[in-house]
Amino acid sequence: MSDTPLAPLQFRSAIAEPRAARWALIGIVVLGLGVLLFAPLIAVFAEALTRGWAAALASLGNRDARAAIKLTLTIAAISVPLNAAFGIAAAWFITKFDFRGKAFLITLIDLPFSVSPVVAGLCIVLMFGANSALGGWLVASGYPVVFALPGIVLATVFVTFPFVARELIPVMVEQGRAEEEAALTLGASGARTFLTVTLPNIRWALLYGVLLCNARAMGEFGAVAVVSGKIRGQTASIPITIEMLYNEYLSVAAFSLAALLAMLGLITLLLKTILELRHADQIAATYHH
Amino acid sequence: MGRPLIHRSPMPGLGLSMGITITMLSLVVLLPIGALLWKGASFGLGNIWETVNRPRVWAALYLSFRLSLLAALFNLVFGVVLAWVLARYRFAGRRILDATVDLPFALPTAVAGIALAALYAPNGAFGSLAKELGFTIAYTQWGIFIALIFVGLPFVTRTVQPVVEEIEREVEEVSATLGASRLYTIMRVIMPMLTPAALTGFALALARAVGEYGSVIFIAGNIPLRTEIAPLLIVIQLEEFNYDAASAIGIAMLLISFAMLLAINLIQVWSRRRIGYV
Repeated sequence: MSDTPLAPLQFRSAIAEPRAARWALIGIVVLGLGVLLFAPLIAVFAEALTRGWAAALASLGNRDARAAIKLTLTIAAISVPLNAAFGIAAAWFITKFDFRGKAFLITLIDLPFSVSPVVAGLCIVLMFGANSALGGWLVASGYPVVFALPGIVLATVFVTFPFVARELIPVMVEQGRAEEEAALTLGASGARTFLTVTLPNIRWALLYGVLLCNARAMGEFGAVAVVSGKIRGQTASIPITIEMLYNEYLSVAAFSLAALLAMLGLITLLLKTILELRHADQIAATYHH
Repeated sequence: MGRPLIHRSPMPGLGLSMGITITMLSLVVLLPIGALLWKGASFGLGNIWETVNRPRVWAALYLSFRLSLLAALFNLVFGVVLAWVLARYRFAGRRILDATVDLPFALPTAVAGIALAALYAPNGAFGSLAKELGFTIAYTQWGIFIALIFVGLPFVTRTVQPVVEEIEREVEEVSATLGASRLYTIMRVIMPMLTPAALTGFALALARAVGEYGSVIFIAGNIPLRTEIAPLLIVIQLEEFNYDAASAIGIAMLLISFAMLLAINLIQVWSRRRIGYV
């Protein structure tokens, strides 16, 4: 690297910026990220602890907060495996077979990234709400979707839809089909080929996708706000509860729950960084959402 | 036309993987979006236009789009600088900065929303500073602008950074050997290579910002005609069980999203033709 000063004799590299420009750019970046990203992160914890640890922890232990935490864990426990299964199936279908309209299918899978979460929630309300034919029948049969857990899960699966597939497809394209073909030629069954040949090859990319999917699933606000009906203790997930507490000026309680989610976000970032450092070759080098 | 729809393949699991993919895609994404379009069709184009063509709705759509564009432009410039610094320079704390860039993806929007509101409110850390200088940030359009910068920050950086890492240094050496100054090399040799990736990131950041709800509503103040964003208007209509109006605004936003998706794809096709990779 031209930037490492190995030789005691200093000379100006023709393909590096002048020292002053370099430090100016680093300064701009550090200042920018400090104000834009670090400050809000610190604010969450500072606001949560304005009345001390005891008050923050006590607000996490109350009944509504506990119900919210339980609901959020339930949402993630259902929607993340669903998305992992879809991601694996879609990546297998797209990378192991040749068919017409592949690019269009990928565009459709990516669609939820460009739809506003609020519009996503609206779509689910229109399809499964009590006003629609299907929703009316479901409510009459005793299985309401909107303003209940199934609707919240559907909305969460919608907004996190592309996460796992997006991670797996580039990795599986790069690895090709030769290894699977060899296993099949040697007489392995389809299931065995997948479990012993494909899965070990894609496990880190899968974990990476699941990690991001989980962070989004636990933190989704817009789509869930529309379909949940915000019933306290029943359909209020952690982000919805944060909004209700904040609007009631219960700042410490709101920020304590927010700090809990911020911690989840930090753990996600940490694990993500470790995966990127250790298994960079087995994770797609694309942008992530 | 003679090409088969699906090529014969010895790979197992065609039925299973295709079945799961098509079923889930239809049930979770396509049918609900279809329900919205169906609702719009039965409401009628004239009625949709009448709903959207009101000052309050136009103001919200204009506000969402204008501030998203400005925030995405900010992120375009800052993101390219950030990608350059992270990919090229070695300094203490670089890895931490690199990991933190993805914070807006990992931090739930509601959390970001109340944190920004607390910081920029008149009694907050940055808000009080601004107040002494005679500015108000929270509950004005500046607040929305800052929230939209926050949610869109990683996109440009993450699309441009891998491209910077792949630039062959020989190209820069050639430029320098031929007598170009460093600034000239950056502007005329390096920037054209980064443009397609930067534009892709810009479009992604823009699409994200237009639809953003959670991080904006806490800091926006939500005053009709002034600081009310389009997604909030949908939520308000839904809370009044006014499904027709909500659908009309939803369809308007969906069309904007589709247009932007198309733009992203066109940029990618264009850049693939031009330089061979994205």
